[in-house]
Amino acid sequence: MKTFRIGGVHPAENKLSAGKAIRVAELPKQAVFPLSQHIGAPAVPVVKKGDAVKVGTKIAEAGGFVSAAVFSSVSGKVNKIDNVVDASGYRKPAIFIDVEGDEWEDSIDRTPSLVRECRFSPEEIVAKIKDAGVVGMGGACFPTHVKLTPPPGCKAECVIINGVECEPYLTADHRLMLEKTEEILVGVSILMKAVKVDKAYIGIENNKPDAIRLMAEKASAYPGIEVVPLKVKYPQGGEKQLIDAIIRRQVPAPPAIPINVGAVVQNVGTAFAVYEAVQKNKPLFERVVTVTGKSLAEPSNFLARMGTPMSQLIDAAGGLPEDTGKVVGGGPMMGKALATVDVPVCKGSSGILVINEKEAKRTAPQPCIRCAKCVSVCPMGLEPYLLATCSAHGDWERVEHEMIMSCIECGSCQFTCPSHRPMLDYIRLGKGKVGGIIRARNAKK
Amino acid sequence: MNLILVAVISLGAIGLVSAVILYFASKKFAVYEDPRIGKVAEVLPQANCGGCGYPGCSGFASACVKAGSLEGKLCPVGGQATMEKVAAILGLAAGAAEPKVAVVRCNGTCANRPKLTVYDSVRSCAVANSTYGGETGCTFGCLGCGDCVSACQFGAIRMNPETGLPEVDEAKCTACGACVKACPRNIIELRPKGKNSRRVYVQCVNKDKGAVARKVCTAACIGCGKCVKVCPFEAITLENNLAYIDPAKCKLCRKCETECPQGAIVAANFPPRKAKAEETSN
Repeated sequence: MKTFRIGGVHPAENKLSAGKAIRVAELPKQAVFPLSQHIGAPAVPVVKKGDAVKVGTKIAEAGGFVSAAVFSSVSGKVNKIDNVVDASGYRKPAIFIDVEGDEWEDSIDRTPSLVRECRFSPEEIVAKIKDAGVVGMGGACFPTHVKLTPPPGCKAECVIINGVECEPYLTADHRLMLEKTEEILVGVSILMKAVKVDKAYIGIENNKPDAIRLMAEKASAYPGIEVVPLKVKYPQGGEKQLIDAIIRRQVPAPPAIPINVGAVVQNVGTAFAVYEAVQKNKPLFERVVTVTGKSLAEPSNFLARMGTPMSQLIDAAGGLPEDTGKVVGGGPMMGKALATVDVPVCKGSSGILVINEKEAKRTAPQPCIRCAKCVSVCPMGLEPYLLATCSAHGDWERVEHEMIMSCIECGSCQFTCPSHRPMLDYIRLGKGKVGGIIRARNAKK
Repeated sequence: MNLILVAVISLGAIGLVSAVILYFASKKFAVYEDPRIGKVAEVLPQANCGGCGYPGCSGFASACVKAGSLEGKLCPVGGQATMEKVAAILGLAAGAAEPKVAVVRCNGTCANRPKLTVYDSVRSCAVANSTYGGETGCTFGCLGCGDCVSACQFGAIRMNPETGLPEVDEAKCTACGACVKACPRNIIELRPKGKNSRRVYVQCVNKDKGAVARKVCTAACIGCGKCVKVCPFEAITLENNLAYIDPAKCKLCRKCETECPQGAIVAANFPPRKAKAEETSN
């Protein structure tokens, strides 16, 4: 069975909510929409205090080419535009909307019927995706229309759909594949049309046999779409790892991107969002969020409107247990501990993980014993111990030379370290610094 | 016998030829270095802290010699005394320099700014700053991991375990600026030491709106602007909900200190205000 070739680990899967059907979450009383829910320039508000909005009204437009519009997920009145603590732990500008009723924009097709036929040209598809504010739903939130616009000199050869969901605990994509199978497949064909290719692969890890079976069965009706079962290994959901696993090509070091080897990688959640945007005129304002944790009464998958406070979803899943040590936004490997549970659900919120005090406690780091386990598990072929040490000493030239910018921050090194060294903490610091240095250098040129 | 003689002669010849080559090479490729650079470097403290803005003490020494004037040049460690020695060697006048000291512009003590979360990663402010807003909810204030303490080469900063904030020992502080560079949140500022070491400054860097700032810290500047109005010398400016006192204009009247509703303005090294308290009570 296929998998990527370098490194990788296999953490305990803990897919507690895999058997739970997607539930529609209740509407919040107030929805909060941060203007930076994606990679790139923040969105620019187009509403002001007191404006009435409907479900699907554009409330902020893209602030540049690499940026995405933000749409209201609720109907009601704009309360204010103010700062809110987002998942990063910092205060960022956001639009606050007080919810009144649930009135949708007339342009949105709310019928459940499946629209197979796509009558738009590739350019129209990309424009529609851009107008719907669709971003990568896997967590990185890169604007989808940018990925579908290959830079000059590059040509897409195939679309790769990421149904891997290699993060432990998370089941949002798994449930989506089971419940919205046909919609995802139509979304994939639209993506294929948009980048003018006739081949698409859907990679799914074989710990989801039901999803593989169902997708493969339905995919036979769609020409050019092939479901590829993959061996379970973290971080297979990283796009470079997925490309390696499925088409055996390696993306060169940054600034190279997957399109340089002819691949366009999209998440299954994105494919579903593309289907809704193109076929149903529905902008991106809701998503599936897994709320899970061993101590949680009822781990669940919710279809939540953006802007819903995470605390509300946790309450709907049985409430925050008393012995909670950490609440993580995202999965346990790449997710980020939240400073407060009042953070709104954003485009990239794939999961909320509640960890008890005992499991949340970090083990005190010990000296490095030079076992090189971190080197052998690094899926990018880097030397994490070296990057961490040099970052700790502020040797930015050296870490840049050691390809710190290739690090995908998957955390495999730290996960596997027998001395519990906080390598990724330092590497993230170094990556941030070196990224700034490179940007400054490019700006000078 | 013959063997020894041959060895001695041949080695001696090689030595002689090499010596001649080396002699001419040293004459031909000699690089002239001003002897004064070495002399100046000798009187510098050799801390190599970079506080002067040059790479190490020798860098500063050559800059002094080449510049031809000592205006604007100061060794923060050695201070005016060292600069006068340098001036004597070079036969120049030492520029008048105002002694400075590092001040910590955060009063978010454990009591003023209660912790809302627990940070359990690396004890490094740089890492903490890149991770999230901090344990207290104030995304501007001191993170308390002590990057400034480890950056100080003179042992002038220590963490006060009671307040959780760094404290500067004025006697040891040389104003080299290493802590200013180390602080990821730009909390530490080099301010003129002031007359009799007296200074008035805003002990906060929070740029949030007043209500938000006050919620996370009882000693935060809320940007109310009272100090701006009360200042008779127009020394205080208010920008992004934060007041700043210009040390060049401040005449140390301390009116702002009493006016500040948050107690965010501090007056350092003033005698206690006994007389005035009695006056007001009468």
